[in-house]
Amino acid sequence: MCICILYLNVLSRISGSQATEVKVSEVEFNPNFVSRMIPKLEWSALVQAADGLGHLQDLPTELIADYEANEDFLRKVHRVLLEVEVLEGCLQCPESGREFPITRGVPNMLLNEEEA
Amino acid sequence: MASSCRRPEHMAPPEIVSIIIFFNERITSRMIEIQSQMSERAVELLNLPEDQSCFLLDVGCGSGLSGDYLSEEGHYWVGVDISTAMLNVALDRDVEGDLVLGDMGEGMPFRAGTFDGCISISALQWLCNADKKTHSPPKRLYTFFSTLYSSLARGARAVFQLYPENSEQLELITSQAMKAGFSGGMVVDYPNSTKAKKFFLCLFAGVSANLPKGLGTESADKGVPSQVQFTGQRSRFKNMKGKSAKKGKDWVLEKKERRRRQGREVRADTKYTARQRRPHF
Repeated sequence: MCICILYLNVLSRISGSQATEVKVSEVEFNPNFVSRMIPKLEWSALVQAADGLGHLQDLPTELIADYEANEDFLRKVHRVLLEVEVLEGCLQCPESGREFPITRGVPNMLLNEEEA
Repeated sequence: MASSCRRPEHMAPPEIVSIIIFFNERITSRMIEIQSQMSERAVELLNLPEDQSCFLLDVGCGSGLSGDYLSEEGHYWVGVDISTAMLNVALDRDVEGDLVLGDMGEGMPFRAGTFDGCISISALQWLCNADKKTHSPPKRLYTFFSTLYSSLARGARAVFQLYPENSEQLELITSQAMKAGFSGGMVVDYPNSTKAKKFFLCLFAGVSANLPKGLGTESADKGVPSQVQFTGQRSRFKNMKGKSAKKGKDWVLEKKERRRRQGREVRADTKYTARQRRPHF
């Protein structure tokens, strides 16, 4: 699953304790799209997750100002958002600790009888 | 989705039905074509900014047929479906969008303002049935619509292609959508053709806008509504077949016109035609 939707997921933490399988692929760079996605993200959660997966690289820990015109920065965000994928792993709710497994890149968000 | 069964949602829960259909039927190229056309129309109704790649949600994405159209148009998308079998087909087909295994009725698990739009092809009717004793369709509908509303960016739209079973079902769906904060209404394409007729529930998040016009409505009967705005009133769909319900003046005039077309001899219409007679007449 593209790392993109993780930060867009209400549960924003990737559990690093489980065996995590990550894949990096090449995706066409669309600076306009990346630029419009940034305001939707929780930056600290993105950084934390990228770091947890070992793919932080040179992504700034703080969101820089005037990023729209900064192609270099946008490319870094593009890599983390669209090219790094979690194939096997876990999403964890920071409040309840409830874990949602990720298989073949697909997170299982189905609730149990008691939770629904 | 199913050609051998008109109402698959009456057979079994969605995750079971999709497996049955997948193994029992060939997915014909005609079915794919129909899905693709409906996806195209749904995206058209989203009214997205031109030449811009958007981030969209596909509810009930299944094997990714509608998602493929979104990718073709240059959009990025997330698909949610309850069926592992269908999602596996989507994965094997290497769809470009991201997939989530989830139940619409449990809510959309996304941050506020995430999506620029949402489409859903032939999926909403599943929420109207209670597959488990603990399910309450109105509650699930509301949970779905309210979380969807928050996950959409302000000014975004959600377009649902569906086959309404009856007016009660439509009423239930639209009332829950309104409660969740949406405005909008039904757009009906080709209202006069039984075969081509399509229903699209068009919802607006945050801003009111004019409902788009249904296709094939330029020469439509005046009696057939091509759009149904939310009114908040309970309205029984008297005119669904396009004829006036009661034997009022309209009905009489229409009948006379029909008979003229058939070539029969019909009295001219005068000011006395279909006038109310005194009770003893």
